[in-house]
Amino acid sequence: MEISEHLFRRESGRMVAALTRIFGIQNLAMAEDVVQDAFCRALEVWRIRGMPDNPSAWLMTTAKNCAVDALRRERTARTFEPELSRFLQSEWTLAPAVDELFAPSAIKDDLLRMMFSCCHPRLREEAQVALVLHILCGFSVDEVASAFVSSHSAIEKRITRAKKVLAGSKKLFDVAAGAEFSVRLPAVHRALYLLFNEGYHGASPETAVRTELCQEAMRLTALLLEHPLAATPTTHALAALMCFHAARLPARVDGSGNLNSLFDQDRSRWDSNLMAEGQRLLDIYAIGSELTEYHVEAAIAWVHATAGCTEDTDWGHIVLLYEMLMKIRPSPVVALNRAIAVGQHQGAARGLEEIRTIAGSDRLASYPFYFAALGEFELRDRRYETAQEQFRAALALARSPMEREFLARRIDACKSAAPV
Amino acid sequence: MSEYVFLYRGGENGRSPERAQQMMQKWMAWLKDLNQKGHVKDQGQPLERSGKLVKGSQKTVTDGPFAEAKDVVGGYTLIQARDLDQAVELSKGCPIFEVEGAVEVRPVMKMNM
Repeated sequence: MEISEHLFRRESGRMVAALTRIFGIQNLAMAEDVVQDAFCRALEVWRIRGMPDNPSAWLMTTAKNCAVDALRRERTARTFEPELSRFLQSEWTLAPAVDELFAPSAIKDDLLRMMFSCCHPRLREEAQVALVLHILCGFSVDEVASAFVSSHSAIEKRITRAKKVLAGSKKLFDVAAGAEFSVRLPAVHRALYLLFNEGYHGASPETAVRTELCQEAMRLTALLLEHPLAATPTTHALAALMCFHAARLPARVDGSGNLNSLFDQDRSRWDSNLMAEGQRLLDIYAIGSELTEYHVEAAIAWVHATAGCTEDTDWGHIVLLYEMLMKIRPSPVVALNRAIAVGQHQGAARGLEEIRTIAGSDRLASYPFYFAALGEFELRDRRYETAQEQFRAALALARSPMEREFLARRIDACKSAAPV
Repeated sequence: MSEYVFLYRGGENGRSPERAQQMMQKWMAWLKDLNQKGHVKDQGQPLERSGKLVKGSQKTVTDGPFAEAKDVVGGYTLIQARDLDQAVELSKGCPIFEVEGAVEVRPVMKMNM
């Protein structure tokens, strides 16, 4: 029997989330141990006997049994949630109580509860993202490190620290508390957005790894859409944005694994179903009183999506949208994108002018695409030498073999365009 | 054809769900292949890693340990092969070697009565 891809990872997230509710957030580590245990047992049986028909249910039952064992062992050494502590006093009530806590209706909100808990205000954004990926998506420390192109020890430190904050927060986030929910929701949006971006623009040389990050972000966003309090216009805008970008993923990398800029992408390879889904989400559900960066970014992606080719793109509209984005969430990267759009709209000279006047451009000094953009416009204005220099500067900053290959090809383009 | 028992000893099951799933799929592929080639007499059973040890004339009962964790038998499969050499060759495809485990290949004794 075939197992669906990444099934274990997803089940891991569900089980840790469910067990943490049962054990209490202060016992997160114990929940993780129990899940580890359940996987070991499953593997020991399955490797010889083969997979059961419903591996998810089997895993959950195994986790439940491991949980009862762990509770028996630990009941005097730890403090549990008051409700559970009462049942723990008697062996007779323990197993039925755990059964009830594992009922499907109870598990339903666990992922959401954990997602909100991971986006704790005392955690920095990158810690929140790492935690979401680790706990909810079942990525090991090594896998998180490789997805973020970071060292094992750096990620381990980040996750360990974050878990301490989480364990110290006394209780899991209450998804039924309306007011707190709305206050925490933007942080959750942001974490999912960053997770998606790490997949879309991230530094991992493995396309497969980056695609997985995008998929995980979309899966968690879909969970938000299922919850009445979380399915706000902003969540829909975020989901739409992810759809538009994900639709372009297949064309972003060509057959030989080379990065294609938006300008060179084969638009027939964009996923039309995802495009349509993005448009539906944006048109019908994203309308509300609040205009967020996700709305604007989704609108930008939509303008690109509806243009048949680079030349047909309504660059004037895109410039306006980037100006709007600068008001909502100003950053040098947004300013750079605006400048590029101006260049597309009004010519390379204007683009160069805009890039050079970006406030805080020193913060772009390590961003390869800052120099690549300069190179692109210099090339268009036929200053081949200068263009090459810019691309070389970009190349020196490239973060992955794919980026290096892309920039090397741009340098070749300068060479072959230059008059001999 | 003779019969052999593969005893699976030790082997770390991978520290991440993804890794566990990959291991799982490799095991299934390996046993499926052996099965299709007619080498699996009985796919066997997994064994709990703990139990009781009953020992000596006093029949003292203890909770193990039976062996070092890395040597504990976690399961077995009954295999058919031409000879010991072939059985050994067949065992080499087992994914347990990727996780520092071992396969003990033991011929089932033939009774010629």
